[in-house]
Amino acid sequence: MPKLTIDGEIVEVPPGSTVLQACEAAGREIPVFCFHPRLNIAGNCRMCLVEVEKMPKPQASCALPAADGMVVHTDSPTVHRARKGVLELLLINHPLDCPICDQGGECDLQDLTLFYGPDKSRFKENKRPVADKYLGPLISTHMTRCIHCTRCIRFLNEIAGVEELGAVHRGEHMEITSWVEAALTSELQGNIIDLCPVGALNSKPYEYRARTWELKKTESVDVLDAVGSSIRIDSRGNEVMRILPRLHEEVNEEWLADKSRFAYDGLKKRRLDVPMLRKAGRLEPVDWKTVLAAVADRVRATDPSRIAFLVGDQVDCETMVLVKELAERLGTPHVECRQDGSPLGIRPRAQYLFNTTIAGIEQADVCLLVGTNPRWEAPLVNARIRKRWRRGGFTVGRIGVPFDLTYPVHDLGAGPATLEEVAHGWHSFAEKLAAAERPMLILGMGAIARPDGAAVLGLAHRLAESVRLLRPGWNGFNLLHTAAARVGGLELGLVPGPGGRDLAGILAGIERGEIELVFSIGVEEVDPKRLEKAFVVHLGTHGDRTAPIASAILPGAAYTEKNATWVNLEGRPQRGRLAVFPPGEAKEDWRILRALSEAVGRTVPLDTPAQVRARMAELAPQLGELDRIRPAEWGSFGRAGPVDPAPFRSPIEDYWRTCPISRASAVMAECSALAAARAREATGTHG
Amino acid sequence: MSAAPGAKKPYGAMAPDVDRFAFTPENLEEAKRILARYPPGRQASAVLPLLHLAQAQHGGWLPKAALDYVAEFLGMAKIRVYEVASFYDMFNIEPVGRVQVRVCTTTPCWLCGSDAVLKAAREVLGCEPGESSPDGRFYLREFECLGACANAPVLWIDDDFYEDLTYERAKAVLEAVVRGERPEPGPQSGRKGSMPAGGKTTLLEVGE
Repeated sequence: MPKLTIDGEIVEVPPGSTVLQACEAAGREIPVFCFHPRLNIAGNCRMCLVEVEKMPKPQASCALPAADGMVVHTDSPTVHRARKGVLELLLINHPLDCPICDQGGECDLQDLTLFYGPDKSRFKENKRPVADKYLGPLISTHMTRCIHCTRCIRFLNEIAGVEELGAVHRGEHMEITSWVEAALTSELQGNIIDLCPVGALNSKPYEYRARTWELKKTESVDVLDAVGSSIRIDSRGNEVMRILPRLHEEVNEEWLADKSRFAYDGLKKRRLDVPMLRKAGRLEPVDWKTVLAAVADRVRATDPSRIAFLVGDQVDCETMVLVKELAERLGTPHVECRQDGSPLGIRPRAQYLFNTTIAGIEQADVCLLVGTNPRWEAPLVNARIRKRWRRGGFTVGRIGVPFDLTYPVHDLGAGPATLEEVAHGWHSFAEKLAAAERPMLILGMGAIARPDGAAVLGLAHRLAESVRLLRPGWNGFNLLHTAAARVGGLELGLVPGPGGRDLAGILAGIERGEIELVFSIGVEEVDPKRLEKAFVVHLGTHGDRTAPIASAILPGAAYTEKNATWVNLEGRPQRGRLAVFPPGEAKEDWRILRALSEAVGRTVPLDTPAQVRARMAELAPQLGELDRIRPAEWGSFGRAGPVDPAPFRSPIEDYWRTCPISRASAVMAECSALAAARAREATGTHG
Repeated sequence: MSAAPGAKKPYGAMAPDVDRFAFTPENLEEAKRILARYPPGRQASAVLPLLHLAQAQHGGWLPKAALDYVAEFLGMAKIRVYEVASFYDMFNIEPVGRVQVRVCTTTPCWLCGSDAVLKAAREVLGCEPGESSPDGRFYLREFECLGACANAPVLWIDDDFYEDLTYERAKAVLEAVVRGERPEPGPQSGRKGSMPAGGKTTLLEVGE
């Protein structure tokens, strides 16, 4: 452990640390532009200069290994003079357009200029002109502002794994570019906007819309995939202006996937903002009282065994508590939260959780992906796998349709037959898993959300037992969900009770006229044609797929518009916070169901969020404490049976449009069209 | 501030669309031989020699198709090859004359009369530095130190150095090249290599 003297204070740092880290350990703040703790060291901005005794010149502390006995000065006149010089040179070609720059107010260069900047420019020549680059519909560029820290290049190379940005030419002519004018293809590209220490890379949808200091900042969680990334919702008035990631080392580190970051314009479009009732074949706006009375009449007139509850992909736990309570009081066992038709049971819990945890991926040494494309289903889980792979000594195998995941993958096969081979130990990869110290399996919804899903789940269970995915202190069995609501739904037990119908049963029941009334709580991924025959009461946020066939519409609140709980794929309960109010007459979902229960005459006696959450903790004690994962018990699940030889396909065919919010978003539509055009080109119409 | 002569523009502004590029069978052999010099998994190290090979084959400049080809040949990301090709001065990423004429104008050559050499080149080729000749055969450039200061001033034509030049000697060399000849490279003053200009001063008894 090297011992250094920083400004007279002795600190000891782990071997391999840099002087910059040592200075930070001593509580000194060193100004940086190019240095970023999660990226490789570049050492090219020279802002972090410090004075080290016995070294003739100031040293770039970010790139200098800490050595025993170093005497470092971070606050000497030499250091200040050196940093002032560096900053003056950085500012030579930097335009003075802070008043119109989106970065203004949250700009590293602006902040450091306050401390080290010259009060006037000595540079009389013309500044260097640089053409702006086209990087796609998400990122706008102002390349004259670029100070060539290369954080964006390093992020895409190292973390996103998509080598598309580079620095071409050299010296004064150096430019950051993708060379050919083409949109970036990463699902994590938005992070380079956050990484850019100046205003060179900006969010295109947010550009020129607001200034940072007029935004209200609300700390919340994301629900556009099942990762449950920590986010900050920046709003002005009653409008979400942008969404940024928030640090959560165990979930999203400091990154955010692009859909979660950029789909927010979908919150303002196609919203259901007034209750509606179908009269003579047309949906007509009515007031809350009327719609609740009409639905209540219908409920009272229908036999409970003919009523079903379906729960969608982004529904919060509070609402699901009300669904459970209401269904119980109405006496219907037909409650289903698995709108993709997967066969996941509620016991043992291990079968539906990402047991290894996202941070746990970094401990694994062999990984088998089954029927999943993590790059699209959970970009940040994929980024973790890539992070693990970059450290070396990590093998990834896949059973399913090949797709570029940004790290090398051994393709073992495409369908259940290969899984069978591995599960029975006939495949060489089984030995690899068994011989590994910490093997993990990631089972995707593409493997189990199909008619033979229960048998595939049974095979996965067999595999887990045969290669011992569970070892002391290690659970390598993982399910990768695509829906933010699913784990919460399973934790609360929103599956058919005794004699209840599952999704297939409910849909078949509708067709045969045995189910007459369907509550669609945010259900958007079920073919609406199959619901059509029933009286559908749709509690949703968007005029998406289900609303057109609904008989009654109860406008609900989107995830930015309520204080509510979601459970991420690891089983981590997290609280989202209200940033803006629901549009028009839309209300918080659980309150709507509470009011409905009263209108039906079967009041659910939960009146405040606190009461709902208390009931939630009774139903599922593991949800009682926020941000804490309770390890799940192991047991048997799935069942033996014949499997269909069809290859496993990821449920996500278009990353950019997977939910009502992203489907309503114009930005996502543009990304989706671009991706489709790229895919067409790749399949060879261009030779 | 005007852009320096020969300053490179972003790709696509000037380059005509070249759809395809592939090594000729002979160059493919050569490329494989070059590749064999590097350990497995380190093929990217061969990017410089392969770009030289591609540039020679394509007539003195590298179209995007050639850069993409080299990237694919070496299993590198395309942008990494673009970075290399745009960084190094000896790669041309815009169409230029096939014969590369470079005049060293760094201090030692300049002191020994590189202005005259440049003047001769301008007159014979009929173009300014950073341009190709009107017939498109030659590409004239000013270059930084070529490392032959003992024989200054120096003219570098394709792979050959012509040294100890004056206005007349440079003109003679260039006119010969324009006629399609290749004069003997090296000092044009008659001396051998970089031996003293006034004849031997040491080791007089040794040798022939």
